[in-house]
Amino acid sequence: MIRLDHVSKSYEAGKPALEDVTIHIDPGEFVFVVGDSGSGKSTLIRLLLKELEPTKGKIYINGQDLKKVTHKKIPMYRRNVGVVFQNFRLLPDRNVYENVAFAMKVVESSNREIKKKVPTMLSLVGLAAKYKSRPSQLSGGEQQRVAIARALVNEPKIILADEPTGNLDSDNTWEIMRLLDEINKRGTTVVVVTHNMEIVRAMNKRVITIKKGTVVSDVGGDDYED
Amino acid sequence: MKISTHIYNIGQGLKNVWRNKMFSLASIATMTACIFLFGIFYSLGTNFQSMVKTAEEGVAVTVFFDEGISQNRIDEIGNEIKKRVEVANYNYVSAEQAWEDYQKEYFGDNPDLAKGFEQDNPLANSANYEIYLNDVSMQPTLVSFLEGLDGVRKVNQSEVAAKTLTDINKAITVVSMAIVIILLAVSVFLISNTVMVGISVRREEIAIMKLIGAKDAFVRAPFVVEGIFIGLLGSIIPLVLLYFIYDKVVKYASEEFNFLSNMVSFIPVETIFKTLIPISLMLGIGIGWIGSRVTLHKHLRV
Repeated sequence: MIRLDHVSKSYEAGKPALEDVTIHIDPGEFVFVVGDSGSGKSTLIRLLLKELEPTKGKIYINGQDLKKVTHKKIPMYRRNVGVVFQNFRLLPDRNVYENVAFAMKVVESSNREIKKKVPTMLSLVGLAAKYKSRPSQLSGGEQQRVAIARALVNEPKIILADEPTGNLDSDNTWEIMRLLDEINKRGTTVVVVTHNMEIVRAMNKRVITIKKGTVVSDVGGDDYED
Repeated sequence: MKISTHIYNIGQGLKNVWRNKMFSLASIATMTACIFLFGIFYSLGTNFQSMVKTAEEGVAVTVFFDEGISQNRIDEIGNEIKKRVEVANYNYVSAEQAWEDYQKEYFGDNPDLAKGFEQDNPLANSANYEIYLNDVSMQPTLVSFLEGLDGVRKVNQSEVAAKTLTDINKAITVVSMAIVIILLAVSVFLISNTVMVGISVRREEIAIMKLIGAKDAFVRAPFVVEGIFIGLLGSIIPLVLLYFIYDKVVKYASEEFNFLSNMVSFIPVETIFKTLIPISLMLGIGIGWIGSRVTLHKHLRV
């Protein structure tokens, strides 16, 4: 599903953000990527989204070499990868329904499909009643649930979550993790980048640890020790 | 793209205009000011050129013939003149006609004075062609051609008038072209700046669209619709203003400065606007379209 073969990424100046990273993630897995700030976790997400190009190595998603995905084909590629950010990145001038519907509009779904699917997604994330609210009228946890609904609505095979609980209190953090776990149980591959060790320990999933740009450990939930 | 997506994008573009009221207003105001100024200079330039053209039409070249020339040869010379591109129109004035005109002009009040010449036309050798030109700057070429014709005794021309009018015409063309080019450059600069500010405010929105799989065309479409709409409004407003202002100024000038009516005639508002409307609309829409496309380009490389 996701394969990184000896991937390195250097920015113009300084040390490489990622160095010789090799990771394999199978379909339907739930994986945590952990590490300190500046360890290269976000660079990894940006490489997987094809926002950045690796300096060395190859990345395969669903068997597709990302190097061969041209600028024109990037939209089609990204439609198979749902993304959730720490700061939610919702459109502030649109309500909950419009934010989720927007993701379907982008892929040119019909109005009928949108009307059918968006309420289902909002029910899944527990926000059906707040479909008219603007992001500014929601709590952080609710905003993140909208972001998850938006990431899920086009039924991607992979969800990439970059510090999805970074701006949330403890209650909301658990709610979001439960939601991501449920999504994973439905068959979606979930990759969560975080530095919240509490949730990593509690969720008991595979953990990849990155330190100064290199993978220092890659273990199953039972074997993880921080 | 599906029709429903086009409709959605048009709707989004128009909503964007409203969502970004301040930027939209700033862009519309900038474009209005530029096209308004352009319209003023266009109207002034066109009127000046028309006045010069009217003056040019009064400048004639007169061709006199050798003594004893046959009517046949005169007709042949007429045919040669007719073929020339420089010639707008020409009249044949016979010796009798020339004498009659002279009498009317100089002996109008005392026709008795002319009686002494009854049997002897003093302008017997004054039959001529009066030639009016398409463009006075062509006068020297035509004159040298005429002087080379067999049977032509003399060619009278108003060299000073032709040169002055040609110089004025050139000056008007150069000045109005320079002003129009400067105005266009200024408006493209101001408008692309305004669009750029508008787009950088919505950089986040563009980035989100791209990250969730929007094609460039989908991201671009609402901005282009917005640019075209702003361009359209930014050209319609100054056109309406100019229409009323021009009409009022021309009416006022014609009434107040009636004594100038022989020298100065203004082009009617309808004639000016026949050209000004398509130019301004194309400018407005074109600048809006190009501005939004060019400015958006670098934000799409995500």
